[in-house]
Amino acid sequence: MMSSSGPKIRAERSVYLTVDGEQWLHMYRQMLRIRRFEEQVNELYVSAKMPGLAHLYIGQEAVAVGVCEALRRDDYITSTHRGHGHCLAKGASMDRMFAELLGKAPGYNRGKGGSMHIADPDTGNLGANAIVAGAVGIATGAAFSAKMRGTDQVVVCFFGEGALGQGVLYEVMNMASLWKLPVIYVCENNLYTEYTPYQEVLAGEILDRPRAFGIHAEAVDGQDVREVYFVAQRLIERARAGEGPAFLLCNTYRYYGHHVGDIDRSYYRSREEEEWWKSERDPIRLLGSWMLQERIADERILEAIDREVRAEVEAALAFALNAPYPDLDEVARHVYANEAQL
Amino acid sequence: MSTPMKHSYESSTTDRVISMAQAIREALAEEMRRDPWVFIMGEDVAEAGTPFKVLKGLVEEFGPQRVIDTPISEAGFTGIAVGAAMTGMRPVVDIMFGDFLTLAMDQIVNQAAKVHYMSGGKWKVPMVIRATMGATLRKAAQHSQSLHAWFAHIPGLKVVIPSTPYDAKGLLKTAIRDDNPVLFFEHKAMYSMRGYVPAEEYTIPFGVADIKREGRDLTIVAIGRMVHVAIEAAQRLAELGIEAEVVDPRTLVPLDRKTLIESARKTGRVIILDEGHQSYGATAELASVITEGAFYYLDAPVIRLGAMDVPVPFSPPLEDLTVPTPERVVEAAKTLCGRV
Repeated sequence: MMSSSGPKIRAERSVYLTVDGEQWLHMYRQMLRIRRFEEQVNELYVSAKMPGLAHLYIGQEAVAVGVCEALRRDDYITSTHRGHGHCLAKGASMDRMFAELLGKAPGYNRGKGGSMHIADPDTGNLGANAIVAGAVGIATGAAFSAKMRGTDQVVVCFFGEGALGQGVLYEVMNMASLWKLPVIYVCENNLYTEYTPYQEVLAGEILDRPRAFGIHAEAVDGQDVREVYFVAQRLIERARAGEGPAFLLCNTYRYYGHHVGDIDRSYYRSREEEEWWKSERDPIRLLGSWMLQERIADERILEAIDREVRAEVEAALAFALNAPYPDLDEVARHVYANEAQL
Repeated sequence: MSTPMKHSYESSTTDRVISMAQAIREALAEEMRRDPWVFIMGEDVAEAGTPFKVLKGLVEEFGPQRVIDTPISEAGFTGIAVGAAMTGMRPVVDIMFGDFLTLAMDQIVNQAAKVHYMSGGKWKVPMVIRATMGATLRKAAQHSQSLHAWFAHIPGLKVVIPSTPYDAKGLLKTAIRDDNPVLFFEHKAMYSMRGYVPAEEYTIPFGVADIKREGRDLTIVAIGRMVHVAIEAAQRLAELGIEAEVVDPRTLVPLDRKTLIESARKTGRVIILDEGHQSYGATAELASVITEGAFYYLDAPVIRLGAMDVPVPFSPPLEDLTVPTPERVVEAAKTLCGRV
């Protein structure tokens, strides 16, 4: 997929070369896994094989991967309706993800959650959430719990800039700052609040909002996984050391529509704008071309990764397509924990 | 685990008698001593001990790390409690006035109630939300509502409404040990009500109704403070030769359908009392359960007496009209029993 005419990236940050090349290759693979997974999800929707809808993460891969690479497995995340990328980056496997999206029994949540509710304690995923800003309380509460229980876990709370419209975010940021909780609020500004340019619905400067609560806040180029990773790592270790919450604004772009069915986007953005981001600011190509430039990888290695990822997607999809639906008695299970009590 | 039932209205001079507020405080303190992960959070819960002084003394014993004053942010701290519950804690959230539950509805209905189900059973939310309820305290429309039916409508939540200090203590201890989100409603006018509470430890299981008074002629199903309205009415009816049975469901979810239906089958006449609004309220659900389960045993339609379908007015004579009274229950009972 790489070509010599590909996008160029600032290489003056030699600090990035202090990271082992294998780790950059791993992040490249992780981003590509999300890209290929989401392309397949779109295909499932288009071919009417998937019930319901999905909100694709394509274009924003560097955020999920850069942040999650800086987390431990026992650290927590909360995610959003556009959550497949976060779940995969935190360690979810594709086969059980696909199964969940198709409502199948071996899905992460027995098919009862679906695309917008993937949750997995084994990878510290407290759950994707279909209410905008719906998980900000949960994330802050998990950080509160980590502090009370005396663990050194950190929580990352992913949300889009649309969540800045929800009051509960400011309630929990206030408490996170007051109580110095180990939570990182990662705001992905993909420029569109559903079908509306964010500037039409957002007053003032985004970073002024966390700063009003005394929360340390920074912005990064969300298309550059190297920058996301470095800054996220610093903020996460800061929180782990007990220095309190942080807010990380990742400027990014959503290649597809609000959801898979949002095809005609001409009334809110131009085709030219979309093409510019894809050709000039693609997070996977940016990292790939830098790795070629720095001789961390060659074309052959990147092509091999792509082949392996495509094979992984194919096998995972086959697993999900062949998987059974849940038994019908599953419908009434897990309404309550310890159901025998009822 | 339960000890035999004794009720506030029949406690003798040798019994240990404490207030509802004290019973609730004892339950919290005992559970906090037993389990280091139980903590309390809410507005003015620490030194203030809430405006009702229910939590007085707890911060002195357990410290501000476990009795936590929050900002006035019901959505925020309820959401924080959900996340804390999912990750190993057992929060007890204090909602000063039940009316403020409206501010935390997304956290309760979309998050707490659904996390376990949506995750296919992988995450659980063991938390208690204590909220006050009830009118006739001259607090007007935004500090007097009884919103328990809203929560009973949502699968995934449990709903508890105690009517005596004994029940309050035993049920609250059970609520704290439950692995699900539990809404625990406390009537503001009952905090000073005194009743028998044994010194020994006990819990009361959910889903077990309590027959507060036995009778053969009529069943009065009553929720929370309405149990005392029912008992007063039953005492007056006894003077007329009508023996009313008073059944207290104690938990709306889970609901002890069996006891309600058995009592209705026995007496054949049923009145249901609640302080929530009558339309689409708890009385409707209970009436339906009884009608479905005891239809062929009923001698008359089930009568519902809920709160009037008006916002709670401030003016005392107006407010007093909105809530069922013993007089209205007696009148309804006499009609039901053909004694008019």
